[in-house]
Amino acid sequence: MLTINDLYVGYGDTLVVQGVSLDVAESELVSLVGANGVGKTTLLKTISGLVRAKSGEILFMGENITRLAPDEIVARGLIQVAEGRKLFPAMTVLENLELGAYTKEAHKQKKRNFELVFEMLPDLKTKARNMAGTLSGGQQQMLAIGRGLMSAPKLLILDEPSIGLSPLLTQTMFEIIGKIKEQGVTLMLVEQNVHHALGMADRGYVIEQGRIVLSGPAMKLLHDEHLKKAYLGM
Amino acid sequence: MSGAAILQATADGILMGGVYAVTAIGLTLIFGVMEIVNFAHGALMMLGMYVTYWLFTLFGINPYLTIPVSIAVMFIIGWLMQRYLLNKIINAPQHNQLLLTLGVMLFLENLALFVWSPDFRSINVPGLDTSIQLGVVSINKPKLLAFAFALILTAVLFIILQKTVLGKSIRATSQERDGASLVGIKVKNINAIAFGIGTACAGVAGSLIVPFFFTSPGAGAVFLLRSFVVAILGGLGNFWGALVAGLIVGLAESLSGLFLSGSWNDLVIYGIFVLVLLLRPTGLFGGGRLSGSH
Ligand SMILES: Nc1ncnc2c1ncn2[C@@H]1O[C@H](COP(=O)(O)OP(=O)(O)OP(=O)(O)O)[C@@H](O)[C@H]1O
Ligand SMILES: [Mg+2]
Repeated sequence: MLTINDLYVGYGDTLVVQGVSLDVAESELVSLVGANGVGKTTLLKTISGLVRAKSGEILFMGENITRLAPDEIVARGLIQVAEGRKLFPAMTVLENLELGAYTKEAHKQKKRNFELVFEMLPDLKTKARNMAGTLSGGQQQMLAIGRGLMSAPKLLILDEPSIGLSPLLTQTMFEIIGKIKEQGVTLMLVEQNVHHALGMADRGYVIEQGRIVLSGPAMKLLHDEHLKKAYLGM
Repeated sequence: MSGAAILQATADGILMGGVYAVTAIGLTLIFGVMEIVNFAHGALMMLGMYVTYWLFTLFGINPYLTIPVSIAVMFIIGWLMQRYLLNKIINAPQHNQLLLTLGVMLFLENLALFVWSPDFRSINVPGLDTSIQLGVVSINKPKLLAFAFALILTAVLFIILQKTVLGKSIRATSQERDGASLVGIKVKNINAIAFGIGTACAGVAGSLIVPFFFTSPGAGAVFLLRSFVVAILGGLGNFWGALVAGLIVGLAESLSGLFLSGSWNDLVIYGIFVLVLLLRPTGLFGGGRLSGSH
C-alpha cells in the first residue's frame, strides 16, 4: 500500500532522513520506533507532503505521490495524525471532526464515520460543544485521532499518539488503536514506546539517525539483542 | 453649548464611526487570518473608490449599485496580490511582509497618480445630497447608508466565517496551518481567498465613501491611519470589536471637535489609542487569531 524507496530529506544542508526504505501492506499495522530526534516526524511530514524530499520516492497504492501537495495526498486516503495534534484550538470538538471530513470522499462517509468515532471515543460526544483548546491532553489526542478517522483513511499514520499521556491513558490509547485496526484500516504507528508499539504490530522498523537499522516481524524484533539493550533496558 | 449641537455631534460621530468601522473590517480580517499588517489597505480602498467614481461618471450607475462590481474587482486584485506576492514570502519574518504591503501601497498610489492625475474628484448623486431631518438633528444620507452597510458587512462576514465550509476552512487555516493541510484544505488557496475577501471589504469601504468624500490617489491614505486605530482598538481579528471601536473613534472625534477645537481631534483619538494599548495591549475586546468566540 505504501512503499518508500531510498528517501533523503533534510533541512538546509543537514540531512535528517538518510536513505529510508520501507513498506506497509494492506491491513497491516506497522510500527516505526526510534529515539528522540532521529527523523521520524520528518519522514512522516515528507510522506504527507508538508516537507519536500531531496531524493527518493514515495508510492501510495501504486501511485508516485512524492511531489503531490498535502491536500492531494489526503484526498487519496493517506491520513496522518500529526505530532503535537495540530487541532484547531478555537473551534469546537464538533467543528474539528467536521473538518476531518473535508475531502469529497470523506464527506460522503461523514455520517457513518461520525457514528464510528463517537462509538469508539465516547468522550468526544460529551465534549462536542467545547473548544478543542480547552480539552485535556488525553482528550486532545483522542480528538486528533477522531479527526483522522473522519477523513476516511485508507492508511492512517499516527505520530507518537502516546506522548505525554499517563500510563493508564497510554493503555487506553493502544486499545483504541487496536480497535481501529479491527475496522480494517491499515496503520503505521510511530512511537518511542517500543514495548507497546511492537507488542501490537505485525511488523516493525527501527530507525536511528535517519537510517533504518532493523526491520522484520514485530515479535522477532522484540527479541533482538540490540533492540532489547538499546530500547527496552534489558 | 446647545443641546441640539451636542445631539448633532453625537449623530455625526456615530455615522462617521460606522464609516471607520467599514474601513477597518478588511484590515482586521486579513490580520486575523494571516497576521499580515496590510499597509496597502488604504490604497486598495482608493481603487474601490475609483471603480465607483468611474462607473457613476461614465455610465451614470448609482454608487450603491456599483458595490458588487467593486467587490468582484477588488476580490480578484486581493487574490492575485496574496497568491503572487505575499505568498512568496509567507514564511519570512513579519517585517518583510509589512514592507511588501508598504511597497504595494506606494505602487498603487503612484499608479493612480499617473493614470488618473492628482485631481480631487467628487460626484453629485441626485437625491443623496439632501439630509434627513430628525427633529433638531440632520442626518447625512450617504453616511447613514455607509453606517448601515457597516452593520450588514460585519454580520455577513461573521456568518460566512462561522457557518460556511469556506469560513470554517479559513478559520482552521488561521489557527493551525499544518493541521488544515492535513485534513485536505488547500491552504494556499484559502489564504488567497481570505485576502481577496479582506480586499473586497476595502473596495466596499471605498465605494461607500465616494458619495461624501473626494476621490483622489491619496484618499485611502487619509483613512488608513484611522482604520488601523479602529482595528487595533477593537482587537485585531475581531469584527464586532472593530464596529464598536469605530463608533468610539467617531464619537471621540466629533465630540472633541465640538467641545475643544478642531485641531484637538487627532490628539484625543490617538490619546485614547495609546491609553487603551497601555492598559489592554490586545485592544478593548481582545483579538488575535480568528477564534469564533466573538
Ligand atoms: N523545521 C526544521 N528545521 C530544521 N531542523 C529541523 C526541523 N524539524 C526538525 N529538525 C531537526 O531534524 C532532526 C529530526 O527531527 P524529527 O522531528 O524528525 O525527529 P523525531 O524522530 O520525530 O523526534 P521526536 O521523537 O522528538 O519527535 C532533529 O535534529 C531536529 O532538530
Ligand atoms: Mg517526532
